Amino acid sequence: MNRTIRRNILNNIMLALSAVCTVVSVAILFLILGFLVYNGWRSVDWNFFTKLPLAAGEEGGGMANAIVGSGIVILISIMIGIPVGFLGGIYLAEFGSQTACMAVRYTADLLNGVPSIVIGIFAWTVVVVKTHHFSAWAGGFALSMMMIPIGLRTTEQFLRSVPDSLREGSLALGASKTRTILAVIVPAAKQGIMTGMILGVARIAGETAPLLFTALNNQYWSDKLSEPVASLPVMIYTHAISPYDDWHRQAWAAGLVLLGLVLIANIAARMVLARGTAAQRG
Amino acid sequence: MNKITLWAIGVGLAAAVAMPAETINAAGATFPAPIYQKWFEEYHKAHPEVQINYQSVGSGAGIQQLTQGTVDFGASDMPMTDEQLGKITKYKVLHFPTVLGGIVPAFNVTGVTDIKFSGETLAGIYLGTIKKWNDAALKKDNPGVNLPNEDITVVHRSDGSGTSFVFSDYLSKVSPEWKSKVGASTSVNWPVGLGGKGNEGVSGLVKQTPFSIGYVELVYVAQNKMSYGSVKNAAGNFVKADFNTVSEAAAGASKEMPADFRVSITNAPGKNAYPISSFTWLLIPAKFDNAVKGKAIKGFLDWMLTAGQQEAAGMSYAPLPKPVVVKETKQVASVQ
Amino acid sequence: MAGTAVLPAPTQSRARKFVKLLQNSDQVAHLVTFIFAASVFLVTVLLAYELWIHSAPSRAKFGLAFLFSQTWDPVAEKFGALPFIYGTVLTSFLALLIAVPLSVGAAIFLAELAPARLSNVCTFLVELLAAVPSVIYGLLAIFTVIPLLRQYGEPFLKKTLGFLPIFQGPAYGVGYLAASITLGIMTLPFIISISREALLAVPREQREAALALGATKWESTWQVVVPHARLGIIGSIFLALARALGETMAVTMVIGDDTAIHTSLLAPGYTIAAIIADNFTEATGEVFVSALVELGLVLFVLTMILNAAAQLLILATTQKGSKR
Repeated sequence: MNRTIRRNILNNIMLALSAVCTVVSVAILFLILGFLVYNGWRSVDWNFFTKLPLAAGEEGGGMANAIVGSGIVILISIMIGIPVGFLGGIYLAEFGSQTACMAVRYTADLLNGVPSIVIGIFAWTVVVVKTHHFSAWAGGFALSMMMIPIGLRTTEQFLRSVPDSLREGSLALGASKTRTILAVIVPAAKQGIMTGMILGVARIAGETAPLLFTALNNQYWSDKLSEPVASLPVMIYTHAISPYDDWHRQAWAAGLVLLGLVLIANIAARMVLARGTAAQRG
Repeated sequence: MNKITLWAIGVGLAAAVAMPAETINAAGATFPAPIYQKWFEEYHKAHPEVQINYQSVGSGAGIQQLTQGTVDFGASDMPMTDEQLGKITKYKVLHFPTVLGGIVPAFNVTGVTDIKFSGETLAGIYLGTIKKWNDAALKKDNPGVNLPNEDITVVHRSDGSGTSFVFSDYLSKVSPEWKSKVGASTSVNWPVGLGGKGNEGVSGLVKQTPFSIGYVELVYVAQNKMSYGSVKNAAGNFVKADFNTVSEAAAGASKEMPADFRVSITNAPGKNAYPISSFTWLLIPAKFDNAVKGKAIKGFLDWMLTAGQQEAAGMSYAPLPKPVVVKETKQVASVQ
Repeated sequence: MAGTAVLPAPTQSRARKFVKLLQNSDQVAHLVTFIFAASVFLVTVLLAYELWIHSAPSRAKFGLAFLFSQTWDPVAEKFGALPFIYGTVLTSFLALLIAVPLSVGAAIFLAELAPARLSNVCTFLVELLAAVPSVIYGLLAIFTVIPLLRQYGEPFLKKTLGFLPIFQGPAYGVGYLAASITLGIMTLPFIISISREALLAVPREQREAALALGATKWESTWQVVVPHARLGIIGSIFLALARALGETMAVTMVIGDDTAIHTSLLAPGYTIAAIIADNFTEATGEVFVSALVELGLVLFVLTMILNAAAQLLILATTQKGSKR
């Protein structure tokens, strides 16, 4: 009997411990949010969204150019990354031969696993060195390299999940393969693909390392895409490591705004996806 | 595409249309960054069509980017070496001194507001041979000061820095051991210590780390209300950096300023000369492909040498000596 | 035959005919999508190529000794990768030491013990952790982890375990330990979510058989289910390791930036990613820049190997699970 009691005690202890592990892990998320809100919410004011950064020591500056700048590089990366990912994904799901697919999938996974700082080096060699400029283009290119594998994987995954019966039905009605893809398969998978893209954008929105030596930074509005451009993550970095209390305050505010956007995008995307797959099944 | 992105494009496009300014990109030293940023902001207010985007990334980066042509002009606390100048073949690089500054040993020691450092003690701290605040050498120079029995946390620059150059140049002049072991440059092989990025990073680390010491430009200790020590000069006096002591360090050099303005004024002679002083330079190409940019920069340089100089003292830098200003104004004319 | 749905209007313009040709021509679609897919392949090859080319001066000058040299002297233009490889491997290894027990424990709870709804909600929340940008972890670490370590954590370690060389030296706050803790927190969500999937993939019959034989829930989990899923769990650890190796911003902000190797965990150090981030825009001279690119190449190869190993392991588990 003793042994059984011991085993049961051990059972309860270990199960309790594993519950504690979970609580700790989940608690970390709330701690992060809590800290950002506590330190940042007072600083997220009208100034933050509309003013330009001021010289160190002067109060009242904002990060308007960084918000817009982030938008600009993300937009560039979307323009490059989404078509490549989407059309490449169609190839993998609908047209590709075994070997070609394996090669593309392998390199896409490889690209996905490249550390973001190395992507930054790559964008530097390809864009900055050749054009002799730090620019929004270079930053957008770097981010698009991270967007491509995500778009590719998502598109392929959701296209493949469309039941073959739909494909066969469309072909049986006489539509060409292209027509089938455009008019039947893609619309059926579009929710999944779109949420995948949104998650991809949320991921690159927070990336700092690839922008450090491509888009660099800018005190002012950038009026040309071939100029350096400010971005939220880089601003957070420079302000967090500075000695100025006012800059720290702004770093918290920027962190709160950035994390808020990223989390909202993530939550919204997953909810849409969950509803979409439920509708498909039901 | 989500709405936020659309809004962002809209604002960005509106801003782009509304501000047809010529953006001039510059990068370089963190040492003069506070006054440069103020200057560029004020000049932009007076001349809205000129927008100078200065990135405070360190003298090393400034020189590097100028060499690669990714910025229009650079800034550095270390004059470019002949080797570095040789790498730029497209045009000649002109050095324009802008202000004088002092590099001070900022420290964070509870209960102590003033410490006297000699060249030897500073070299010893940064070589790692002097490990504690109550080391005999420090106590000798600071009788009556309650130096605690704590390890010294040394902070230096992790990036390529003109400030590092001036500091290591000074240490090389006062310590043969430093000169042979480490030497002087924007990026040296520091024997001990933590690295901070930019003057800002070093001040940040010193401010947050008890019992630490770091070398930073005077304006950063003023802005962050930090304690800093006095340094023994060549004449044997312990001097604190300020307008007068830094200007005195430049007095000798200004009389014999070389034509290209490249000169080191560390450990200068003079009763009250501050030994870790330096000019800081803008590195301007002699010829601009873009005539509009060239004209804008010339206009700024003239303004800098007149109205700009008056702001220097208010920001804890020393303005340029008059003979230097006169010589420089002639050099501005040669910029095309 | 394709095209039978087209209106047989003889007055169709040539442009219309061309568009219809495009719409109905599978060859064109095949070609277009192939080009885009191939571009993915090509760009990755280009990446490796550019890394190779731009590190050439450094590779030529130092050869293989680059990987084992401790010198980092920009003045003398002598560079070596060992301190950074050391820092990278050390911090990632420690991060896993911290993260693995916590995350495998949480994965076990979520897969085996928690009711389905709670498990889904918690997993969702944990996966949100993976979406937090690195720079925000860094921002938080500077103002929470570092002061806590400097004032309480490190003095405590020095008092209790100070006889060990790994806990000696001044308590800076920044350093290997701070970076490892921050990295550990960042890798939690990856290990939890993938390990949970691996555990869920274990067939029900295994658990039922163990319980039928009289095992407690824990014994069934630890002695039957976990070993069955171990390949997937190990795969998730490899994946987390690959991410930790490449993590840049959070590490740069807390590691203290020192280019030497130190035995003490309380000392400042550097990782490959951090030194590239700090120095890239200002490396003066061809050799310096190419040394940094070579470091990037080393990191690229390291993460490539780890990611491949991880994929294989995870694949093996999911296939194994579905074989029955």
